[in-house]
Amino acid sequence: MPRITPMQAIGEAIAEEMRLDPRVVMFGEGVATKRRELVEEFGAARVRNTPLAEGIIAGTAAGAAATGLRPIIDLLFAPFICFSMDEIVNSAGKLRYISGGQFSFPLVALAMTGCGWTVGAQHNHNIEAWFAHAPGLKVVMPSNAADFKGLLKAAIRDENPVMFFADMGLLHSEGEVPDDQPAVPIGKAAVVRAGTDVTLVAYAKMVPACLAAAETLASQGVSAEVVDLRSVKPWDEQAVLASVGKTGRLLVAHEASRTCGVGAEVAATVAEKAFDELKAPIVRVTGPDTPAPSSWALEQAFVPQPAAIVEAALGLSRKGREEGTAA
Amino acid sequence: MKPIAMLERMMLIRAFEEKNVALQAEGKAAGTCTSVGQEASAVGVVFALEPKDLILTNHRSAGHLLARGADAGRMMAEIGGRATGYCKGKSGTLHISVKDLGVILTSTIVGGELSLATGVGLSLSMQGGDAVAACFFGDGAACEGIFHESVNLAAVWNLPVLYVCENNQWQAYVRRKETMLIDHISERAAGYGIEGRTVDGNDVEAVHAAASEAIAAIRKTRRPFLLETYTYRLRGHFEPDDQSYVDAAELAGWKARDPIATLRKRLLERGEATEASLDAIAGGVREKIEAAAQFAASSPFPAPEEVLTDVYA
Repeated sequence: MPRITPMQAIGEAIAEEMRLDPRVVMFGEGVATKRRELVEEFGAARVRNTPLAEGIIAGTAAGAAATGLRPIIDLLFAPFICFSMDEIVNSAGKLRYISGGQFSFPLVALAMTGCGWTVGAQHNHNIEAWFAHAPGLKVVMPSNAADFKGLLKAAIRDENPVMFFADMGLLHSEGEVPDDQPAVPIGKAAVVRAGTDVTLVAYAKMVPACLAAAETLASQGVSAEVVDLRSVKPWDEQAVLASVGKTGRLLVAHEASRTCGVGAEVAATVAEKAFDELKAPIVRVTGPDTPAPSSWALEQAFVPQPAAIVEAALGLSRKGREEGTAA
Repeated sequence: MKPIAMLERMMLIRAFEEKNVALQAEGKAAGTCTSVGQEASAVGVVFALEPKDLILTNHRSAGHLLARGADAGRMMAEIGGRATGYCKGKSGTLHISVKDLGVILTSTIVGGELSLATGVGLSLSMQGGDAVAACFFGDGAACEGIFHESVNLAAVWNLPVLYVCENNQWQAYVRRKETMLIDHISERAAGYGIEGRTVDGNDVEAVHAAASEAIAAIRKTRRPFLLETYTYRLRGHFEPDDQSYVDAAELAGWKARDPIATLRKRLLERGEATEASLDAIAGGVREKIEAAAQFAASSPFPAPEEVLTDVYA
């Protein structure tokens, strides 16, 4: 099976979807400059550079999506989306509802984020939870090359606005991607490692971190199940509840800051719907409530490391065992 | 376009707005952002468009919607939050869209319409043909950064957008002159390398002629055009509003230039109307508005379950 990077997977998904559907267009800062192969295959009308103006890039995408095109926009780095919040949140996210269902907004907004490039807080800010909280949007954040390709294909085919966050720390990690990689349904998690003692829920680069942690845990006699959410909104409640039903212990890991992060939503939902299944309190392992630093050393201190996940998971397991013994 | 038809539509818009104001005062309807005094701008531009053209507007939209042929009853129903409203009661007065009539993506975030117009222009541009998107915004929106981004991108990409700045001298509760040093927004067109023009926004025939020329230019060149209709908001920002902050002499001066009274007088002078024919029109308008209010008042409210629909496609 071919091995490609998520960066290549993104390019392949765009080209394949543009081939399938003439309504798909792509624009953004440097899109036509950096994606010459798309300009050559699909022409300058469908692949465009824009001014460095994120508001109008997103607004143009929303207006075009509502009138027959299927735009993919590249907003470069997630913090830049602050300039396009009105267009994404107030227009793309709300005008369908406000109009009583008269319009739809099939568009994809791509943005990079996450530690790994030491670019600092104005280029690296994991803001996926902001958009999960905004109605009318979908949010995906894949962890491996195959899902980058499959989720982007699904996002382009979706009738709704999809925020596609690309974790910079993963973009050059090769993975196996079949030539005929199908679309990966939005809202479906994947159990990427089966286990029986503790459930580790994660997305983006916290998935490889949890997989590494699971290896260590296994060597210490703890069987961890790793669930890759893949989609942050809608997120796969059923998959998480099924896993927690099996293990009785839940750890949620994300790189984004802790307060009101995705982990809070997952933890609250499990507490509401599966409290009786829990053998121990739910634990979150997250980035701190700080801006992302630049220094490599500080970036690594910001991002939850496998060792921290192992420690938290062991704590969870011990609690469960003690209670089990007492019972 | 016959001026008498434009007069009739302007009268319909005025009567619609005044009915809403009266209902609000009686506690029977929500407040509205009226466009009283700006009817010539709406009718003059919209009557210059063809059915294939699209319209984007904002919170001060009744004129644009009614000029395009929207049903006053369904608009009133929407303002009243009724299920029969154009947006099933989910818009209210502030963002009424009627896709079937080509009035799309109505947005009440000041500048929102500008951010969407380029996308609509891109769709029209890529479809081929010669359709145009007309985007109505105010002098307030012209102070938003997105005005610059929108006009600049439309210029760079050759998008068929007619930017219509209804310069009504007020930005909510702020006098326009407090917010810019120039008097005419159209001057900014030169900065984007496109054509711009200011027209007397209280003279519907002048607006119609200027809009027709601008639209013809866009159809031919596929380039955007910035048309400014220089007018005045005769009522407050949002009803109720006592306008205590408005200079009385200035308001009186603009009331003396009321676009409906102006056209009425002109048509009588030109012999294109008689007092009797104008009375007949006024009677018809009154009946339409009363029927619209009846329709709205007798329409059901949406079922509570509707709160959860229309979120995703």
